Parts: sequence; C-alpha cells; structure tokens
Amino acid sequence: MGNPFPRWTNWLPVQIVICLGALGTVVTAWVWYTWTPKYTRVGYQPNQPIPFDHTIHAGQVGMDCRYCHSFVENSAHSNVPNAQVCWNCHGPGKVKSDSPKLEPLRQAMDTSNSNYTGAPIRWVQIHETPDYAYFNHSAHVNRGVSCVECHGKVNEMPVVYHAKPLSMGFCLDCHRNVESHLRPLDEITNLDWEAHDLDKDQFYAYLAEKTGKPADDLKEADKNKELNARLVGARLKEMMNVNPPQDCAACHR
Amino acid sequence: MANGTTDQAAAHPSEAEGVAREPLVLNNRSFSWVTNQICSIVENRQPLGWWFLFIPSVLLAGCLGFTLVYLVSTGVGVWGNNQPVAWGWAIVNFVFWIGIGHAGTLISAILFLTRQRWRTSVNRASEAMTLFAVVCAGIFPGFHVGRFWMVWFLAPVPNANAIWQNFKSPLLWDVFAVSTYFTVSVIFWYIGLIPDLATLRDRARTKIRKMAYGFFALGWRGGNRQWQHYEMGYLLLAALSTPLVLSVHSVVSFDFATSIVPGWHTTIFPPYFVAGAIFGGFAMVLTLMIPCRRIYGLQDMITMKHIDNMAKIILLTGSIVGYAYIMELFISYYSASKYETDAFHLRILSGPYTPYYYCMFFCNVISPQIFWFEKARKNLVVVFIVANFVNAGMWFERFVIIPTSISIDFLPGQWGIYHPSWVEMLMFAGTFGLFLSLFLLFLRFLPVIAIAEVKGVLPQADPHYHDWKKLKEGRRAGA
Repeated sequence: MGNPFPRWTNWLPVQIVICLGALGTVVTAWVWYTWTPKYTRVGYQPNQPIPFDHTIHAGQVGMDCRYCHSFVENSAHSNVPNAQVCWNCHGPGKVKSDSPKLEPLRQAMDTSNSNYTGAPIRWVQIHETPDYAYFNHSAHVNRGVSCVECHGKVNEMPVVYHAKPLSMGFCLDCHRNVESHLRPLDEITNLDWEAHDLDKDQFYAYLAEKTGKPADDLKEADKNKELNARLVGARLKEMMNVNPPQDCAACHR
Repeated sequence: MANGTTDQAAAHPSEAEGVAREPLVLNNRSFSWVTNQICSIVENRQPLGWWFLFIPSVLLAGCLGFTLVYLVSTGVGVWGNNQPVAWGWAIVNFVFWIGIGHAGTLISAILFLTRQRWRTSVNRASEAMTLFAVVCAGIFPGFHVGRFWMVWFLAPVPNANAIWQNFKSPLLWDVFAVSTYFTVSVIFWYIGLIPDLATLRDRARTKIRKMAYGFFALGWRGGNRQWQHYEMGYLLLAALSTPLVLSVHSVVSFDFATSIVPGWHTTIFPPYFVAGAIFGGFAMVLTLMIPCRRIYGLQDMITMKHIDNMAKIILLTGSIVGYAYIMELFISYYSASKYETDAFHLRILSGPYTPYYYCMFFCNVISPQIFWFEKARKNLVVVFIVANFVNAGMWFERFVIIPTSISIDFLPGQWGIYHPSWVEMLMFAGTFGLFLSLFLLFLRFLPVIAIAEVKGVLPQADPHYHDWKKLKEGRRAGA
C-alpha cells in the first residue's frame, strides 16, 4: 500500500486552516467596515459652486432652515433654493453683493453682469435617496422629526457634508424606536434643541393645547418621571398618533 | 475462482434450509470480483457510450450557463412569468428536481434503518443522483428572486439594511429545508464513500490518482476500530436524515398549502408531495440505472430483483398519488366553496391547461398500474418506458398545480394565461444537461456501487459461511 503522501504534507492541513481562517477574518472585517454606508457615504463633502457657509446663515444670523428649503413642510422633496432666494439678500447694494465668492450668483441673476447666463447655480447634491426608496420630507417634519436627525448639525458646518449613513438600517432604527427621535413641532428646525432644555409647564401646556386634555392631569401622570427625550417622544407619539411603518412597501413602493 | 465465481455448491445458509430467496448478487461472485468489476469502471477508459452521452450533456449544460448569463444581464423579464402567474416554469422545475432528489435519501436512510439489504447495490448512485438533482433544483429559485446577487438576503446575517428574514414565510423554511437536506445528503454520501475511496487509492497506479483518492479517503485503513466507528457514524447519520425524507417535500408543499389560493390551499399536500417525490425519484433512479447496469456490465449486482423492488415502490407511491388526485377533487366538491370547485372545474374540464391534467393523470396513475404484473416488472423495456412516463408525469403534476391555480383565481382582473419563453425552456433543458454531466462525471471518477457494502451481502460475508459449507459437504459425503 505505502503512504501516498510525502512527509511535508503532514503540516499542510494546519497551514491551510490557519491561512483560510486569517483570510476569512480579514475579508469579513474588511467587508463589514467598508461596504456599509457608514463608510461609503458619511463624510462626503463636495466643493460647491459658492462656498455657502451654514454656520453664518443658520448659526450666527439665525435664519430658519425653511427660509431657503421652503417646501420641506409641504412636499415630499425638500428643495434647494433657487438663485432668487439668495438674491433677496445678496442683490445689488445689499449684503456682500460685491464678494467674488458670489460670482456664480451674479451670473445667474444680475442682468448687468457681463458674464450673465441666467442659468441656475449648479449645487452639488449630497444627500440622495435611491429611486427605489420613497421618502417624504413633509411626512417627517410635520410629525416631530427634526432636520438634525438625518442631516446632523448643519448649523455647525462651514461646508455641508453627509453626516449620517442614511442606510436602510438607519431609517429602520428610527422607525422601530421612534420615541427617541421626536420633539415638539415648533422645535423642528432648532438644531441645537435638547429635551432637558424644555420647560415642564410649557411642554404640558403644549400637549394640553394639542390634545384638549387638562394640562394638570397630563402632568400628574408623569410626576415621578424625568422629562427626558424618551418621555417627550413617547408623549408626542401618543399625541400625534405616530406609527412609523416597518413593512417593505412603506418605502419600496 | 479464476473465472470469478466461487464454488457453485456453496449457497447461503438460508437457501440451504430451503427458504429460497433470490440472492442479491447473482452467479456466486467472489469478493475480488466485486472489487474488480466496480473499480475497473473508474480505472479503465470509458466506453464509447459514455462519450456519446457526455458531450451533448455538457453542451446542454452550456446552454444553461448561457441562459443564466442572458437572464442576469438582461433582467427577469426574459422569462414568461408575470402577474398573475408569477411562479412559472422556474418554480415548476424547482419542485420537479427537488422531488427527484428524494429517492436517494429514502434508499440510503430509510431502507438502511429498515435493514433492506437490497439497497446496497443502488444506494451510491441514487444518492449521487439526489445531490445533482438538488443542485439543479437550487438554480431556479435562486434566479427566480430576480436579483441573483441579493440571494444572500435569505441567510440570517446581520447587515446594514437592518432587515431580518420573515420566519413566518414557508419560502424561508424552504431555503433552510433544502440546504439542510443538501448538506446532510453530501455528508452521508461522502461518509459512505470513504472505504471505497481507500480501495481506489490502494489500487491506484499513478501518483496523482493515489494522492487524490488518498486525500479524500481520509487515511482509511480498514481496521476494526475504524469500521466500528464508521458503522456507528453511518447509522446515526441514517437516523438523522430519515426525517429529512419527509420534511423537505412537506416544506416545499407548504409554499403552496399555506397560501389561500384555491388549488393550493390543501391539507393533503404534504403527504401527497412526499409520496410524489419518492415516486418521481425512483423513476429517475430506474431511468439512470437501467442503461448504466448494461453499459458497465453490472447486471449481477443490480439484478432484476432490484428493478422489481423499485417497480413495486413506484406502483405503491403512484397509487398513493392517484388517491391524492382523486381526493383533491372530492374535497373540492365536498367543500362547497365556489372558488375551490371552480378551480378544480377549470383544472379538469374547461380550463386553459386541462390537457396537462390528463397527461399527468395518465403518466402518474394509469401507466404504473402495469406493474401489478410481474412480467411487466421484469421487462426492462416496459420498466424503462413507464419510468419515463413517470418522469414526465411528475413534471406535469407540478405544472398543473402551479400555473393552473394562479392563472385564474378570485378576481377576473387577475386572470391571465402563462406561456413560458424560450429562455425558460432552454434553461430547463440545460438543467438536464447539467444533471447528466454531473452524473456521468460521477460514474467516471467514483465507484458507482458501494463496494464494501455489496461485499457485506455476499454469502461469504457470513461468519459461518465456511462452517455451512463444510456441513453441507459432510452431508453430501455421508449421503
């Protein structure tokens, strides 16, 4: 009979197992880390035709998000403002109208400009929902979901970047646990809002006004509880009857 | 011994006592004859017939590859299925192939546990057939999901989409049932192969053969301890895979039975599908083994007794299937449900697919009835023809169940007739190519009959064989 295998093959199985194990670990770790939107999307920060600084506009000046993104409450799509909106403040003789950074704006709006084209400013889209996923902005902001939940603190971004993964898992985390992500409707565009800043009396007065129940009763029911984001969210969920769908057809229509 | 036979006078004790049973291996073959006969298939050049079958099979399997590439690169629209018949030939073919895969486990596990010694000559080939049939079956639902590269969603793996499988869906149970079945069948088949692979290793002349068979033989030496462990392991695996014979096709039937579609929503489906699967599986075993035993001269091991037994199983399971067909009709009548009666009315009388029903009924219920006659069971031509009727009939059965039920159901707005496209047809033909190619490669490289097991059913394997022989000779001398 004899031995069909030479001596050196004795270690071969061990070597193969070690190599395959190491390879498997590396491949798994690599796929795990680099194939998710956390890696592929977060941090995307393209150069825009005008270096529009949100820290100045939404931060220092304190403009509301909805001044520019004006359809967000009424439409599925949240618009990027057209050049006319910029022109309202940066028109001739107004704020920084001579700044060289605003040249694309003058090309779009200023008929006296020698480079006038009238063509819209080509803003680079950062957040993009794929075609197979249906997303409605108005359904979210009218139910207590703040801009900050998906877009991060844009008021602290000199140049806007993709702050959250916006993966399907990201959507579902919130749809499955919506209590932690709701706030009173008048705080939707207040990106610095924190639940513990909320005045207890004011909050229950707000709930009472919306639900028609006496504020004292509502307050009495929660008297032993700390007014944190979860409690606020839970009360708002009841108030507005928020039931985020989790079936496939909710988004993949 | 030189001519490959042992002393003709020596017979098995049971025969000596007058309880004559047909021997499982004819012509008093010796141990070495069995080894030589089976190993020579693998060691010698293949007969011309092998090439005549193999080349067209590979070409046909190439057609399968082509249609799959075409399907993926163009989109699932190249298939004929659409609303309302979303499950066309793809699912018909899936159930057809999965059903064929059932004879292997039945022979290898249930017949082993019930000590049916005749299984030894046919178990290896039918287990191989099972595996190849399951491979063919797996292709269809895999590509039927539409985007093949998303198939991994079927596995419960944590992912960035935060989605989890719907464990309430029988389609998911199906994935688990079929993959469990395949895994256990592969292990069972491989464990059974180990002693024979060692035989091939020991007989191998070239270095590569020695190493290849040596690698897969896992250092088998044939010692007592090895045999002891081996037999216990084999027994346990047989016990483990026995429930699978019943579970896999039951779960496949749940794909239909748990829905509310008239014609699918039937409690009789699990036993009816299992009987049908065993029925179709044995037909395919016969279809393969009848030519095979002739081409390779295995008539002494795969005897007419084996064919007779399998024909009897076909008769039994075919009659169970026939009972199920008639019971389905009765239940639909007895239910007094308008949709139920209409579904069966369309199926057997005035529907678009009515001819398929009668093809099915003739092939599956009428044609096997000829096996009531021993002459038919022992006539290879008749057996081969009936087996092929059954093969076709089982495909018709799945077609009758699937598109017929969903083409016309509750609302007229959902009615539509389904026609397969050329892609589906070529794909189905291609799976036959793949199946045959794999089976022919199996014949070429692995022992088609379990050598060690067949030796175990020879009379010489009886520890008292030589005592009996002496006793007999003594009696003869005394007389």
